Amino acid sequence: MRTFIGIDLGSTTTKALLVDENKAVLGRGITNSRSNYDVAAAVSKQEAKIGARFTLLNQVLGSGGGAARLLADLERNFRLEQFLSELGRLEENCEAHLGHPRFKDGRTALREALSSVFRRIEAEAPAIYAPGAGRKSDFFRDIAGSRFMSLAESASREASLSFESMLNIYDKSILDVESKVSSDDTVSRQLLNGLSRAYREADGVDVSEAEARAALEKALSFELEETYVVGTGYGRVRLPFPKEHIRSEILCHGLGAHMMFPGTRTVLDIGGQDTKGIQVDGNGIVTNFQMNDRCAAGCGRYLGYIADEMKIGLHELGPIAMKASKAVRINSTCTVFAGAELRDRLALGETRPDILAGLHRAIMLRAMSIISRSGGVTNEFTFTGGVAKNEAAVQELRQLVRENYGDVTINIGADSIYTGALGGASFAHSAVARQEGA
Amino acid sequence: MSNGVVKSTSQIVQKEMIGRNYDRITGGDAKVSSTFVPGNLNELLMCFDIANNLPEINAIQNAMRKKSGDMIMEAERAGHSEDVCTYVKADIGMMAKGNIAPNGKPFPDPDILLLSYTGCFTFMKWFELLREQYKCPTVMLHVPYAADGKPTRNMRDYIVRQLKDEVIPALEKVSGIRFDIDRLREYLRKSAIAEDDMVWMLESTKHRPSPIDCYFGGVYYMGPIFTAFRGTDEAIEYYRLLRLEIQDRIDKGLCAQTPEGDMPEERYRLVVEGPPNWTSFRDFWHMFHEAGAVVVASSYTKVGGIYDYEGFRHDPDHPLETLADYCLGVYTNRNLPTRVDMLVRNISEYDADGLLINSIKSCNSFSAGQLVMLREIEKLTGKPGAFIETDLVDPRYFSAANVKNRLESYFQMIDQKRRAGGSAAIVA
Repeated sequence: MRTFIGIDLGSTTTKALLVDENKAVLGRGITNSRSNYDVAAAVSKQEAKIGARFTLLNQVLGSGGGAARLLADLERNFRLEQFLSELGRLEENCEAHLGHPRFKDGRTALREALSSVFRRIEAEAPAIYAPGAGRKSDFFRDIAGSRFMSLAESASREASLSFESMLNIYDKSILDVESKVSSDDTVSRQLLNGLSRAYREADGVDVSEAEARAALEKALSFELEETYVVGTGYGRVRLPFPKEHIRSEILCHGLGAHMMFPGTRTVLDIGGQDTKGIQVDGNGIVTNFQMNDRCAAGCGRYLGYIADEMKIGLHELGPIAMKASKAVRINSTCTVFAGAELRDRLALGETRPDILAGLHRAIMLRAMSIISRSGGVTNEFTFTGGVAKNEAAVQELRQLVRENYGDVTINIGADSIYTGALGGASFAHSAVARQEGA
Repeated sequence: MSNGVVKSTSQIVQKEMIGRNYDRITGGDAKVSSTFVPGNLNELLMCFDIANNLPEINAIQNAMRKKSGDMIMEAERAGHSEDVCTYVKADIGMMAKGNIAPNGKPFPDPDILLLSYTGCFTFMKWFELLREQYKCPTVMLHVPYAADGKPTRNMRDYIVRQLKDEVIPALEKVSGIRFDIDRLREYLRKSAIAEDDMVWMLESTKHRPSPIDCYFGGVYYMGPIFTAFRGTDEAIEYYRLLRLEIQDRIDKGLCAQTPEGDMPEERYRLVVEGPPNWTSFRDFWHMFHEAGAVVVASSYTKVGGIYDYEGFRHDPDHPLETLADYCLGVYTNRNLPTRVDMLVRNISEYDADGLLINSIKSCNSFSAGQLVMLREIEKLTGKPGAFIETDLVDPRYFSAANVKNRLESYFQMIDQKRRAGGSAAIVA
């Protein structure tokens, strides 16, 4: 079947999205952007195809007989299979790096320590993907990395080994794992293995394993033809395809927001390093835009920097800020100064939730200024980008929009991080329609 | 041709003219006045055989030679804030670094500082600094702001009185030459001849494809009329030559000339508001060239004086009055509704796709009110606008990736709008 793909290469994450002939979304995929956009594009595309397989499987299975439950179980177990296979690759790479002459003396001890770390992560893996288990990140590097750090520290202490050496081996090895894109065959195998795992714990599913396997094989049998790919985002010039396939992220976000919420007239997108205020007409055509210039304060990276300063995960910022009783006033124009203010406020005895609430307000004040420059907020207002997932940021935004523009419908979709990729996929679809119509 | 840059005969001629003027300034024989570009009184200075040195042009020359960055740092070390106009800092830094002219010879101390545009407060402060440095006579011609858009008779009389009572006596004193109004009339007559050809050049971009770029290319084409050559035979000859070159391009159906050669295709026609960035001038122009974008009209080519809005030409029959009108008519001396009207007319008469604003953070004369102008012009023309920010001559404030990103978005926005063509069905 023909698919039309949009890839949004952001500074933090890369997103891909597949639509079918009717512009219906088949699958979405996301990965961290790394330093290599080519790989990030390939991985996100493969992830979007995986999403498409689930959509197709859902279509084959229909909705009855506990199909939704089965799909959820399969998803978790497939991710576990994927994790274990990447963990296996990571261990192989570590073993290869152990061969370096600098590890000649302690090689045996290091090998044993590494092996014990990997066995423990393997043992923990099913719990990481257990039903209802919360994960701070969905990316292999983050999950495996945090467990490796923690376990390697104790393993090296117990064996009187250098933690630095273990870290060094890990750092070199993870790069190779991240650079490898799973083939379609590997994905199919992982899905089938995942299905077998799912049935070991199957509960509340009427569909038999044989039926499910046949359905999955059918879903896997569809060829997902990459009919046209459009790239957008900061890394778009790195995409290995012609210039005509590259679209500005402004246009992609504008169109994507229109497709998600057709009443959209104003779009705010807060990404890793830029904040965009976009005005669109009734057809999703951009009529005006403004972006932050010269300085990326107030963008996603601002939150990342603050999370690092506080030694907490990016995902934890919003929930902590939601516990605030007041918002401490924080500088909104410089990320580094905000970090200094953060330490200052902590020293003065302000609570972390109150400081974080202030930081979220600072981001949104900056965003409001950019929106004003683009022409203000016109009903309906759609908020997109990674920061739209942060409930504290959303709360501040809602308040500021109400204070400045009154009652405005504010749209925030669950898949808002894919807005740019959706716009890209729509451009891909239209490009083919134009070619064929010509 | 040098460094792979394609140059026309008129450009080579202009380069020689500028070189000769720097040689005259640094030669030691002529008295020297420092003055600014907007509303300058070149014909009047010529009546006293005073050479015309323009600090803004020096800053631009230094920026294009990649020297302004160090000069600005030098000025900042001397206590000038980061927010100050970078023309000023480049000039102050140049003085601190030996005050060497682009021809490699030291600039002499000016004999007089002549300020003939007071709409920019920074200009006044700049000259105060220069006066402190050189301890030379300083003449300030107060030019009232045309708050209602059009200068009034009173404003004109007020300027003429200042010319008679203050400016001319000061120039006589410095030069030792008596003012001869007939000499001024003769220079003004020559100005008007060159100005006719210059306006023809400005309007040549109405052709499709446009034979020239009126922003990046325009700053070269405006050079002689805005600097030390208005009123000279050299300027008449330059614009005659330029006109022939442009006519030849029109006859051949060529797209705009750029340093990389003729643009292969004209895809976008833009009107640009605001000065260009000088430190990355070629890179900035290249972004337009590779997209097939040509600037058909720009406000920056009106920064010295406006010729194509109300048909102004220097008038030898009313010599002092015409100098007053020229000073009053400067683009940044007009109120926002007039600037909006000028740009709207440009967009319509030059059949442009929209307005791009290059906003300069350290230049209030230009930048104040630009976002309001953008909205108003979008509303009045129905054409899309875009806004980018760079700096005049501080290389630290040109972020190529960001500028390119916004330009690409803008060009694609124009494409998208064209494709939609008012149809609700096709949006991409």
